[in-house]
Amino acid sequence: MTPTLSPRARLGAVALAAAVLAAFAVVYTVRAVGRDRPAAGSSHLTLDNTPGLYVRTADGKVAALGERGPRKTALSCRRFYASGTGAVCLTTKPGIPPRTQAIVLDRSLRPRRTVTFGGTPNRARISPSGRMVSWTVFVSGDSYSGGSFSTRSGILDTRTGYLIKNVETLQLTLGGRRYSASDVNYWGITFARDDNRFYATVATRGKTYLVEGDLKAWTARALRENVECPSLSPDGTRIAYKKRVRDGSSDPWRLHVLDLRTRRDTPLAETRSVDDQAAWLDDGTVAYALPGRARGSSDVWSVPADGTGKPVRKARDASSPSMNAVR
Amino acid sequence: MYLAAGRSGPSSTAPAALEPPARRTRVASTVVALGAVSLVTDISSEMVTAVLPLYFVLQLGLNPLQFGFLDGLYTGVSAVVRLAGGHLADRRQRHRLVAGSGYALSALCKLGLLFAGGSTAALSATLAADRVGKGVRTAPRDAMISLSCAERDLGRAFGVHRAMDTTGALLGPLAAFALLWLAVDAYDVVFLVSFCFGLFGVVLLYAFVPERSSPAVSASRPSTLRAVLRLPAVPAFRRVLVTASLLGLVSVGDGFLYLVLQKRLDLDTVYFPLLPLGSAAVYLLLAVPIGRAADRVGRRIPYLCGHLGLLGVCLVLFSPAPGWPLTVCVLVLLGTYYAATDGVLMALGGPVVPEEQRAAGLALLQSGQAVGRLLASVLFGAAWTLWSMQAALALAAAGLAAGLLLARFLLPAHPRESG
Repeated sequence: MTPTLSPRARLGAVALAAAVLAAFAVVYTVRAVGRDRPAAGSSHLTLDNTPGLYVRTADGKVAALGERGPRKTALSCRRFYASGTGAVCLTTKPGIPPRTQAIVLDRSLRPRRTVTFGGTPNRARISPSGRMVSWTVFVSGDSYSGGSFSTRSGILDTRTGYLIKNVETLQLTLGGRRYSASDVNYWGITFARDDNRFYATVATRGKTYLVEGDLKAWTARALRENVECPSLSPDGTRIAYKKRVRDGSSDPWRLHVLDLRTRRDTPLAETRSVDDQAAWLDDGTVAYALPGRARGSSDVWSVPADGTGKPVRKARDASSPSMNAVR
Repeated sequence: MYLAAGRSGPSSTAPAALEPPARRTRVASTVVALGAVSLVTDISSEMVTAVLPLYFVLQLGLNPLQFGFLDGLYTGVSAVVRLAGGHLADRRQRHRLVAGSGYALSALCKLGLLFAGGSTAALSATLAADRVGKGVRTAPRDAMISLSCAERDLGRAFGVHRAMDTTGALLGPLAAFALLWLAVDAYDVVFLVSFCFGLFGVVLLYAFVPERSSPAVSASRPSTLRAVLRLPAVPAFRRVLVTASLLGLVSVGDGFLYLVLQKRLDLDTVYFPLLPLGSAAVYLLLAVPIGRAADRVGRRIPYLCGHLGLLGVCLVLFSPAPGWPLTVCVLVLLGTYYAATDGVLMALGGPVVPEEQRAAGLALLQSGQAVGRLLASVLFGAAWTLWSMQAALALAAAGLAAGLLLARFLLPAHPRESG
């Protein structure tokens, strides 16, 4: 093509190509602006007047699942978690660069405090008392091997207002020794009733560990290998978590429950690969999200926490389950 | 677009270095055209890189840690691909065709992301193909730059190209974030616009970069694989290759440096994506002036001095400097390091490779440097785990200083004459 065209004709052809591609891009973008605007939900719904299972629906709205079907709140979240006394909602704010916000909500689902940070929302938890809030985000561009991802986990003490944006400064003991490495990542924090003890996953050198942390002492101690996204049961005796059972990227995980006292480890009846921080519905049941029919969609399922029974679908096109128990 | 002094390619025996560099010609049109291609292509690829984590996690519900790519494997594979691309381009004397297929493959991969959906296998394959496209095109492109202008202007030519390339890398993430601002969660828009940019890059390449048809080269016998493997036997080339690999081995990856910076300052994650943009801005501003200086004083001096920038980064990270001054210092020094070493290495190595093996020779240089850097990051990570962050940084600084001293002797002032 090059030798047959004069410089002027070539310039014309390039200008034409640019115009066509630009027009295509602009039209496509304009059509995408404003699609998928979610309908407004009810702002009268509160944790006080609506107990039960809360989920994030496909359009991003948080909904309470009652006997009469789901009732949507006015909240839009990427990740949501409610405990008896409060809730936390992770949202993203577009911008250059985009930001993530952790919004701490009171029992009326009104914002109490907002923390802004970078990264992509992944996990969120609020302690049983509602005092401690924790979250995990994915960040990229800081890992030593370019193009890969790492995580950042933060903790907010809503009583004192003390904020820890990155828990990686915890004094970590691994295999009985102090441990520090550039690739240490924390994710999936879950708090105990005393608002001081917590459990989390630590990953380093391709392995994951369950760590028990002490907030006041600012230490963490590895308890066990191959534990991800721990979730402490309401009675504080067991941890539901995802365990890597296969190498590679297809169906790597299976939900397990670990008894902290006896160290007994029980695979749950859910055999599909679960990539979620499970939520306890009561002392005998956990809920989690699994990929749904459509691309990127998910459904919320539950299964008994003792390895018996069968998984039950609780909600279609939903994620981020959490139980707002009646007190 | 139509600039003078375009295709007066130097013959390998021209004593260009002996001519007084008094009269400056304009930058070769091919260099500007390749710069434009890289600018547009980098917008395309950096747009996608910037939103990929958001897309994986929020849109597909995938865990990006599942994509924990084996970086070592990738470096190895892209070294092989780069050498293959370079050799093929030399052998057929079809640099534009080989580079163009790399650009086209990467552009198609942007559409691939749209159609891969949530399948991890399809996504991995698409991302791998994208990297193959990048590997294939690099060496033929740099060979075209080095063959399209007089030897005495090589530093400036690579400076111009790298400045344009970095402009694209700077604009890409900004464009992607702006699109997601306009159309919330519309990742398909980002991929589609990225594809349009990628395709436009291919159009620019075919419209404004001529395929080489040098009678001198096509008359001689085509390059063979054996001839490529014998390249390191040429003393002048070997010196540059060994120096580049050695300095790669004693380098510190910028990812590590950013990580140390974040740990020292407890930097907010909001600013993470902006750090590379900061050093890219410095790189883009300095690439042309340093390239011109390299043409005047010899490329060896900025190439070696540029590494002092990296050494400077290690040292300021030890200093008690507070937040913003420290961040600015690190970004400026890091940008200077890249501006003084990246394109300059190609300008340094280009003339010592015979024309008919230019692409493969440059591919060897890039691969030597890349493998050195990979080992360096493994060693840095190991030192951090074994001792501490400070120890790893101190060791890296000491290694870099020693490597630089050695490089001074490995790379003599006039590599061509002492060959």
